[in-house]
Amino acid sequence: MMGGYGDVQLLRDDGLRLDGRKIDEMRPVSIEAGVLPAADGSAMVTHGLNVAVAAVYGPMEAHPRKIQRQDRAVIDVRYNMAPFSTSDRIRPGFNRRSREISKVTAEALESVVLVERYPRSKIRVEIEILAAEAGTRCVGITAAAVALADAGIPMRDLIVGVASGKVEDTVVLDLDKAEDNYGQADLPVGILPNTGEIAFLQMDGDLSPDEFNLAMEYNFKAAKEIHEIMVDALRRRYEGGEA
Amino acid sequence: MSQGQSGAEQRLVTPGMAVGPSTGKRAGSGVVAANDTFIATQLGWLRERNSTVSVDPINAAYMPRSGDLVVATVAEVRNNLWFMNINGSFQGLLPMSLAPWKVEFGAARQHMDVGDVVLARVQEVDECHNVVLTMKGVGLRRLNQGAVETLPVQHIDRIRGENNENLQRLREACDSRIMVGDNGRVWIDGSLAGIRWARKAVHALASTGHRTDINELLTTLENELKGDA
Repeated sequence: MMGGYGDVQLLRDDGLRLDGRKIDEMRPVSIEAGVLPAADGSAMVTHGLNVAVAAVYGPMEAHPRKIQRQDRAVIDVRYNMAPFSTSDRIRPGFNRRSREISKVTAEALESVVLVERYPRSKIRVEIEILAAEAGTRCVGITAAAVALADAGIPMRDLIVGVASGKVEDTVVLDLDKAEDNYGQADLPVGILPNTGEIAFLQMDGDLSPDEFNLAMEYNFKAAKEIHEIMVDALRRRYEGGEA
Repeated sequence: MSQGQSGAEQRLVTPGMAVGPSTGKRAGSGVVAANDTFIATQLGWLRERNSTVSVDPINAAYMPRSGDLVVATVAEVRNNLWFMNINGSFQGLLPMSLAPWKVEFGAARQHMDVGDVVLARVQEVDECHNVVLTMKGVGLRRLNQGAVETLPVQHIDRIRGENNENLQRLREACDSRIMVGDNGRVWIDGSLAGIRWARKAVHALASTGHRTDINELLTTLENELKGDA
């Protein structure tokens, strides 16, 4: 079980959550594509109080040579939380958590990007978390997917990062900070909304099979909503006139 | 490519989007067929021509192909070869045996140094993206004067037009020499006013050619030039 703070009340008496959301309600999401002029593709995602910026560079020749793959491109992801992204200052630079998130994000993106089109190449994805509430890895994946599309990288589908969890024995969609810290479980997934495939899945805490199914149902519903916002962001950028 | 649909209402598609049934049609670039449906794999404008469905990408990297004409810049010089920046993911290699001059071993720098611009052709690309260039061929040479503009590689066909019609109009309007490389680089040489106008014109064609009638756009640009003169 996560946390261990059983006395923290996370659901109100009226059944709503502390921030007033219903149990299957997502925090507000907004996405903007093409925010960084120097990058080949970029996006900024605001999800609740989370703010993530992703930049994509490449495809470019992979350096050092030992990381090159003769039959495909490698995706080099660097996930980083800015020192000012949380209330307690984060020490700048890589740490164990950011390395893990960079790795799982790269693996999730490799499953959607048509990497076989670019042998010996590298596609660099930089994810910077400017403000963190909870679920930053999901927000980072969503931002990276929009940035990859913006960069013109061929992909099977856009990938959407979304999470559900359990608080006070109730499955809820899109955990906020208190729910993430004091809840019983967290289930972040990367979903391909058009095919319904899952590109990455992690689980922290315990969920029964029924709870797991309900959490996934919430995740798929939220992924569809976020996907529409992603497509809308790309349309706004390009149907307005550029290109 | 794009010029065929200039002015027409085009549909923006995103990766993973179903763009229509695949029965009786062929999948072009930026599209894959799955379960009798075409799925877009790139962000871009949907295009259908001669029963081939494809996506004109909004952004794309230059992928060299054998026979491409490229405007390249010298990035590195070795004793017997030059590494050329061809505006792609990988540098191209120009060995001294494929240079238009007789080059002694160790004297490559005397013929071309870092930063020099050349018109070359892609001789060979292998499956690992090793690119070999050649300067042996009609018109392939070092470019000693003029200006080089870099445009999005996917918009180069708009500059050329059907049978190079647009390019010819540009050349005649500004009385300048214009060479369009397949790698998204355009070399322009002429009078200062001509170069200035041509630079403006190629950027206008590249950036607005998908939603404007290209003939009208060219006429407007030509009138602007006459007005200036």
